[in-house]
Amino acid sequence: MTRTSSITVASEPVRAAVRNATDILATNRRDALEGLADSDALRDEAAFLRRRTLADLDAVLRQWQTASEARGVVVHRARDAAEAVHIVLETVAKSAGRLVVKGKSMASEEIHLNDALEREGVTVVETDLGEFIIQLARETPSHIIVPAIHRNRFDVSQLFSADAGYTIAPVVEDEAAYARARLRDAFLAADVGITGVNFAVAETGSICLVENEGNGRMCSSLPRVHIAVMGMERIVRDWDELDVMLALLARSATGQALSVYTNIISGPRREGELDGPEELHVVVLDNGRSNLIGTAYEETLSCIRCGACLNVCPVYRHVGGHAYRSVYSGPIGAVLTPLLAPDDAAAAELPRASTLCGACTDVCPVRIPLHDLLLRLRQRPRRSTRGFDVWSRVWSSSIAYRVSVRASHVALRLGRVLPKFGWVKEWSEARRLPRASRR
Amino acid sequence: MDDRQVAIFATCVVEIVRPQIVDATARALRGAGYRPTTAVGATCCGQPAANAGATTAARRVARHTLRQLGKIDAPIVVPSGSCTTMIRHHWPQLFAGTRDEGAARSVSARTYELTEFLATQSAIAPGTPDTRGSVVYHPSCHLTRELDVVEPPRRALREAGYTITSLDDGDRCCGFGGTFSVTFADVSVAMADEKLDAVTATGAGTVTSCDLSCLIHLEGRALARGLAVNFPHVAELLA
Repeated sequence: MTRTSSITVASEPVRAAVRNATDILATNRRDALEGLADSDALRDEAAFLRRRTLADLDAVLRQWQTASEARGVVVHRARDAAEAVHIVLETVAKSAGRLVVKGKSMASEEIHLNDALEREGVTVVETDLGEFIIQLARETPSHIIVPAIHRNRFDVSQLFSADAGYTIAPVVEDEAAYARARLRDAFLAADVGITGVNFAVAETGSICLVENEGNGRMCSSLPRVHIAVMGMERIVRDWDELDVMLALLARSATGQALSVYTNIISGPRREGELDGPEELHVVVLDNGRSNLIGTAYEETLSCIRCGACLNVCPVYRHVGGHAYRSVYSGPIGAVLTPLLAPDDAAAAELPRASTLCGACTDVCPVRIPLHDLLLRLRQRPRRSTRGFDVWSRVWSSSIAYRVSVRASHVALRLGRVLPKFGWVKEWSEARRLPRASRR
Repeated sequence: MDDRQVAIFATCVVEIVRPQIVDATARALRGAGYRPTTAVGATCCGQPAANAGATTAARRVARHTLRQLGKIDAPIVVPSGSCTTMIRHHWPQLFAGTRDEGAARSVSARTYELTEFLATQSAIAPGTPDTRGSVVYHPSCHLTRELDVVEPPRRALREAGYTITSLDDGDRCCGFGGTFSVTFADVSVAMADEKLDAVTATGAGTVTSCDLSCLIHLEGRALARGLAVNFPHVAELLA
């Protein structure tokens, strides 16, 4: 049997980098949740709130849009990636922008915004350290919150040295200092800042952006124009709801009680204010999300993009994020990717790349039953089930079952000498068949 | 009804690969004061097909087994956490809206994994057991996370005289995953290797689990690597 899936064991340096980083993140998460009085109750509440908002998504979004427009925000709705890209390109062109600085944004990765901007001759500089690294490597993120998780300091030294034209030592402090100086120039010269949105708050028409490096605050306050790209589901009703999500987001992601920067942005610069952009545009991205409303997969939209499921996934650990060939990797990626791209044959195979061990479901802060959804996605008719149909007829007969069990005993006893094909061959490449034993 | 009567659902993996586990399960149950019989005519719980997304095939096989188990008016004990999960959590959904729904609910309500069942009994006064050495207990995923059976296997092993060696992140999946083990063989083997490396780092010579499928996978890889580790099923250690 040949396998065409991209899900395969990564190189040892990549596996080592992923192992080290995810082990730290998973341990930090566990410690942080244990530090809460009742983390299970908080997760229950978060799960309830996310689902309640999704059940009423249209109205909540309208409320947010009205409130944010009243504060001078230009709200754009994009049905798909092409529309979102078009809106951003047009907004950048109108402002005569030639240099864009970007904060980390999975939604902008999803629509492949950088490629489109560069095709228009706009220079884009990613300013999140991890994103800056993978931009130099011309890669996509391999983790939802740690985009360059697959890269070690020696890789980074090479990439930075090539960018600098002189040698940057493989010392983390030196590398960070180089990025800091390089990015500082970009912040000051940029015409447009583009960021993501962690949560929009309907009550006041605000957007919330959490980050650890301060680059998100630079991107959203220094350039003349700020464009925020947000998945349409990333919305909460009010500040109480935001409070619950923020209490869980950083803890689940990195084990921090709160990220270093929590930016609340409620409109562009107003008269008399000293800083902030002259224009704030928010692009609300659908791109297949609304198709999930009212289906068995609706709760997938509860995701707050913490990455906790990646950090405990025993498959992600060995294959790395790029194996998923999607900006969203790991368990949530294996659920979300085929849902957002239902016609993509490769994406449809991702739910099979799981042992259904349930470690993902165990850690999800908003209680998405990820492994149940992976199983459900496997039921989508795409593959032939003929082999199982034949099998099921044989094993629906006690006598035929007995005969096949006896035959298996004989086959196992002869296992070492029989020719191997199909599943037996796949099994036997690196594992022995079970020893034959008698009752 | 004889309230010490129980029926063992052997499972297909056990019957094919290590049928002596059925006898070991029976001995363990007799040791706890039960009168076990083996469920006749039952084949497979349907999980291989269900996990591959072949729901119709899964239901066909599961229905046959359900009807065999449904005839038994006694608790059903299974030497597998994974098959128990299939029966308890997935059968009610699989048969929802069919004429077998009631039977599925009834059977799932009286089906137990072996150590889970033993733990429902008031502790059998453990004499002073012989010291029988130390083992690594591998907590299989479905038993641990779906059935929430965490302590019973450990307790049963300790009461039988074993010392349990723990692995760091011991509840990480071994990589078997049913058809995953052959459709993503390289990843499956990498996962086994990480588990086996953790085992050999402790110097342990025995790994046990409530699920034979994990053990076949780990043993198959250990043999290929020439590692001197044994993989008895929990029932074989308790008997």
